[in-house]
Amino acid sequence: MYDVIIIGAGVIGCAVARELTKYKASVLVIEKNEDVCTGTSKANSAIIHSGYDAENGSLKARYNVEGNRMMDELSSQLDVPFKRIGSLTVCTDKARAGELHALKERGERNGVQGLQVLDREQVLELEPHIADDVVAALWAPTAGIVCPFKLTVAMAENAAVNGAEFRFDTRVENIYSQDGAWHIVTDKGEYISRAVVNAAGVYSDVLNNMVSDRKLSITPRRGDYILLDRAVDGYVSHTVFQLPTKLGKGVLVTPTVHGNTIVGPTAIDIEDKESTATTADGIDSVIAMSALSIKALPTRQVITSFAGLRANEAGHDFILGEAEDAEGFFNCAGIASPGLSAAPAIGRYVAGLIRDKLELSEKTDFIAQRKDILDPKKLSLEERNALIKEQPAYGTIVCRCESVTEGEIIDAIHRPVGARSLDGVKRRTRAGMGRCQSGFCSPRVMEILHRELGIDLTQVTKSGGDSYIVNSRTKDGD
Amino acid sequence: MNSSYDIVIIGGGPAGLAAAVSAYDSGARSMIVLERDEQLGGILNQCIHNGFGLHTFKEELTGPEYADRFIRQALERGIEYKLNTMVMDVAADRTVTAMNREDGVFQIKAKAVILAMGCREKPRGALNIPGYRPAGIFSAGTAQRLVNIEGYMPGKEVVVLGSGDIGLIMARRMTLEGAKVKLVAELMPYSGGLKRNIVQCLDDFGIPLMLSHTVVDIEGKEHITAVTIAEVGADLKPIKGTEQRVECDVLLLSCGLIPENELSTAAGVELSPVTKGPVVNESLETGVPGVFACGNVLHVHDLVDYVSEEAARAGAVAAEYISGSSEPGGREITLKAESGVRYTVPMTVRPDRIDDKLTVRFRVGDVYKSAYVSVYFDDERVQHKKKRVISPGEMEQIILTKEQLDSHPDLQTITLKIEQP
Repeated sequence: MYDVIIIGAGVIGCAVARELTKYKASVLVIEKNEDVCTGTSKANSAIIHSGYDAENGSLKARYNVEGNRMMDELSSQLDVPFKRIGSLTVCTDKARAGELHALKERGERNGVQGLQVLDREQVLELEPHIADDVVAALWAPTAGIVCPFKLTVAMAENAAVNGAEFRFDTRVENIYSQDGAWHIVTDKGEYISRAVVNAAGVYSDVLNNMVSDRKLSITPRRGDYILLDRAVDGYVSHTVFQLPTKLGKGVLVTPTVHGNTIVGPTAIDIEDKESTATTADGIDSVIAMSALSIKALPTRQVITSFAGLRANEAGHDFILGEAEDAEGFFNCAGIASPGLSAAPAIGRYVAGLIRDKLELSEKTDFIAQRKDILDPKKLSLEERNALIKEQPAYGTIVCRCESVTEGEIIDAIHRPVGARSLDGVKRRTRAGMGRCQSGFCSPRVMEILHRELGIDLTQVTKSGGDSYIVNSRTKDGD
Repeated sequence: MNSSYDIVIIGGGPAGLAAAVSAYDSGARSMIVLERDEQLGGILNQCIHNGFGLHTFKEELTGPEYADRFIRQALERGIEYKLNTMVMDVAADRTVTAMNREDGVFQIKAKAVILAMGCREKPRGALNIPGYRPAGIFSAGTAQRLVNIEGYMPGKEVVVLGSGDIGLIMARRMTLEGAKVKLVAELMPYSGGLKRNIVQCLDDFGIPLMLSHTVVDIEGKEHITAVTIAEVGADLKPIKGTEQRVECDVLLLSCGLIPENELSTAAGVELSPVTKGPVVNESLETGVPGVFACGNVLHVHDLVDYVSEEAARAGAVAAEYISGSSEPGGREITLKAESGVRYTVPMTVRPDRIDDKLTVRFRVGDVYKSAYVSVYFDDERVQHKKKRVISPGEMEQIILTKEQLDSHPDLQTITLKIEQP
């Protein structure tokens, strides 16, 4: 019997897990996929919103602003790349410039600091490539960018170091309460706990509805994105939003912490909770709409496109806390945007509720610090050569686009909650994330996974399940 | 290994090897080849099919055999090389920074650098193909490595998008390994590969080549299960109503090669927006003094024989450069590509710096039948040669003679054009 079982190893589940490991409690995280950060957490804008956009008094507003404030300390504790670059919400219609002031006031009521309405000249100083039609913008200096993969992985690793257990490839089929305990029925057997956290992303309605009569309804909202080559780095240096119009919320253009530029998302409501297929219309519209805020963005330098699903709940707000009619069942549901920004605060809040419910006491030996995979590029020449002498794997470049060494990949595999697939390695090290999109390094990373995990090459997958890369020997391969 | 060499050659594939051998034969002795893979030969090592060397050796060799000829020549000459060594930076002052397991990160000062890094394949992401992003989608060269080097098959039912040569070769290779190659779709109304590969790799095996077709959807959440193919119009956009679903477990992409010039750019070398390779003069010298380029890093070739030929010239001029015997170049003439000619290599010519003749290579942007390749010296047409077929998949060339150039002392611009009768 566990004290707490968390269902879902996305950024929310991992944030709750890490916060819970500050207390004396046994924690298990159950995830249907083969790794952390495989759903909504992996395919989003990778930004930390300032918090001006959410409705006053909403949970979105509260936890966004709180989460934003936590990011400096958290990113330094967990060694996760985070940059407070600030955001601009641009307006292209003089008649609507007043709306920027309304947003500013809304933001201030949410507790966002430093908001300012800038005129065109001031915007140009910040963003020289701003579109000709832009007349003014709302400047939010507290907005930032983060690597969502590294944030989620870091929280999971840190939770594991502090005692949390993880079970991957484990799908929850039913949940029921019996004799004051929760039974989690999965395709890999039954687990029992005192409390349950529902952090199942687009499936959080399904889980809630297994135990509660207060039914939830999540409609996945698909967002298509394109990612531009690092060669475009510097063209845009802040997160640039568009003031919503009757036609929609517009798209954002933002640098990532790794120097790529991200453009998106679209907003298409769909039924299939797994349908992350991009569409030609979606990609075309993202490219077309980028021109509303940024002039001549080099969209031909696209290296990949992808789509993610926001877990949009019918009530348009986060649903956080214990279900009224299911004692010990805690929801983190409807975590659509700004979920990534709010994740650290949601983790703290929900863990706090569970601490009170289960009367957990604080640990004295919680390890708050975590070091990321060593990046030899950040070392001095002498340090780097000393490292290679000691561990020659750091002298072999495996991914040439992102200059990732074999040493980093081996580290990613053998860490707590380590990588087990090409995508797992990619999200932790960036091997395969560059402009050749793993054409060069994938056979080499496959070899390393095969060697380090002791599995056959036919068992190496892109992302678990049936995503094998090769499935048989050639005629004279044996 | 020393900390300085006369010539550092980046890349030990066909271009780098031919350049090294030629530099040696032109008198250079202090040189080193830096190769990132565990053996010399470059991409030829995975090209186990034959058809290499018809021009160079007058016989049909496999890729590894062709590479072996040059590896032997390099070894016979005692040319120094380092394997498993990744060059990380080339500075404009020709300081080369590289790394391997044994030496760590090290720097070499070079009097001349020959860029011979080759090219890479255009990935799915750069093609904006919509749909899911499952396993089972490979650039053709990656699949070639898995099959020919690792000895593993990625699947049994194959669709190929793009008719580049590697895609055509892999269509045959997968068929020989027992896979069913259902079709090759090509966006353009013509093939991007060599005619002989269409015949030998597709026609001989009954694999349909669907010109003016592309992939408009990819199915499969974990592993690819099917693609949707559609016909495209003259604007290269899919035509509604022409979609057809094709089940497959492998999608190979052979949609173009991109010269790999990250190091060149870091060194300050100017690139051509058309070839994506360095802008070079008749001596294959880039805008950065002492930095030369050859092979697929300069422009994507169709035949390795031409790579060897071009690289040999780069090696010879680099040897001359370090000996200090090369004199200032004198007048410089610009080469221009017009009317169907996409680019030329080189882009400028100094007549004083060529021996008796200079080969200018180029590619065209469309298929031309019974058209003329014309060369203009300013406004004067000096060459007008009829060709039965000229196509984008095959590299073309013209020869300029020193005699002809010398007889035009005021010549400013040489223009290459395709002219219809």
